[in-house]
Amino acid sequence: MSKKTLTFALMDAPYESENLTTAFRLLAIAAERGFTINVFAYEGASALAFAKQVPHPNPVHGKNVAEENHPTTKDQVAALLACAEENGGKVDWVNCGMCVDERGVNEFVPGTRRGSPADLHAFTEASDNVLVIPTK
Amino acid sequence: MSRYMLIESRDPFDSNDVAFTYGLACDLVKAGHDVALVLVQNGVLPARRGANADGLAAVIKAGVRVLADDFSLSERGIANARLTSGVEPTKIDVVIDHMAEGHKTLWH
Amino acid sequence: MAKKTLNIVESAYRAVMEEQDDTILWVLAAMQGAGAEHTVVLRANAVNYAVAGQGAPGMAVGKWTQTQAPKMDRDVADLIEKRKMTVYVIVEDVAQRGIEKRELMSGIRLLPRAALPGLYEEHAIVSHW
Repeated sequence: MSKKTLTFALMDAPYESENLTTAFRLLAIAAERGFTINVFAYEGASALAFAKQVPHPNPVHGKNVAEENHPTTKDQVAALLACAEENGGKVDWVNCGMCVDERGVNEFVPGTRRGSPADLHAFTEASDNVLVIPTK
Repeated sequence: MSRYMLIESRDPFDSNDVAFTYGLACDLVKAGHDVALVLVQNGVLPARRGANADGLAAVIKAGVRVLADDFSLSERGIANARLTSGVEPTKIDVVIDHMAEGHKTLWH
Repeated sequence: MAKKTLNIVESAYRAVMEEQDDTILWVLAAMQGAGAEHTVVLRANAVNYAVAGQGAPGMAVGKWTQTQAPKMDRDVADLIEKRKMTVYVIVEDVAQRGIEKRELMSGIRLLPRAALPGLYEEHAIVSHW
């Protein structure tokens, strides 16, 4: 299959919805295939790439930070970017500017950028397909 | 004829609006389109054999190809042998495959 | 002595992969550790937490892999066995989802919906999550 360009719009905030688990699973497959991936992180999803996320321990499970190995979405974003590059693809990850401002999450994982709905429009025009994963 | 992939992340026990997706899938098939319905997350719950899932049964009867995400099934302890007839377990790769092939892909 | 609190839990699988547990069962366990006295009723889709043998493999995104993926039946068993909480499932909700009683984990108690008012009366606080 030829290299495709796929766009994903995400809306859910990290650590609150299974939509993101599925979204990252989909993004990972597209990255492994070397596709060009565009992501528009809107509303709560604009915090996915927030660089100051810190893993925590799990006292209920009796695990310290290392044992819990808690996932952070910023690590998943960074891994996604690296995976795409290793497979000959690329990720253009755009964090909605107004969304990050109102949430105070405007320090991003390197390789992601600030943007606007105009980027989603441009992504849509340049893509073979688009999937919006809305919040409920 | 167009090709559609509908992704249902909700279940009929928690959300009446699942009927929208189920009905849309049936209507698209009746209109002559190729339709796959992929159940993900809690959307797989009605796929367990014995569940009260008349809506999903109608989708299967209408000729929609119904797939259930294997990851979501495992997460919920639903073995393939417990799936209702007409639902196939699938890798989530199928969504990327269909997107790459140009199927109109909708998430609910 | 802590107030006896009845917790009706209906939300299920919302963020379990990201948090590696259910945040509601987690906070109840943590509160119990701080001296709270909780009873839990799993209703709606949360009855599926009592199905034995669940748990997806960890997620993987490129070279990032999840090593501590959740198993919700394990966490319910922890409430029952380690924290000595009584945990019920609503029998009608179990049946509606096609879950056979033999698929439920040991230690879970079955509760008909009609028995909820009586259970409410046995507790000082009732919280619906």
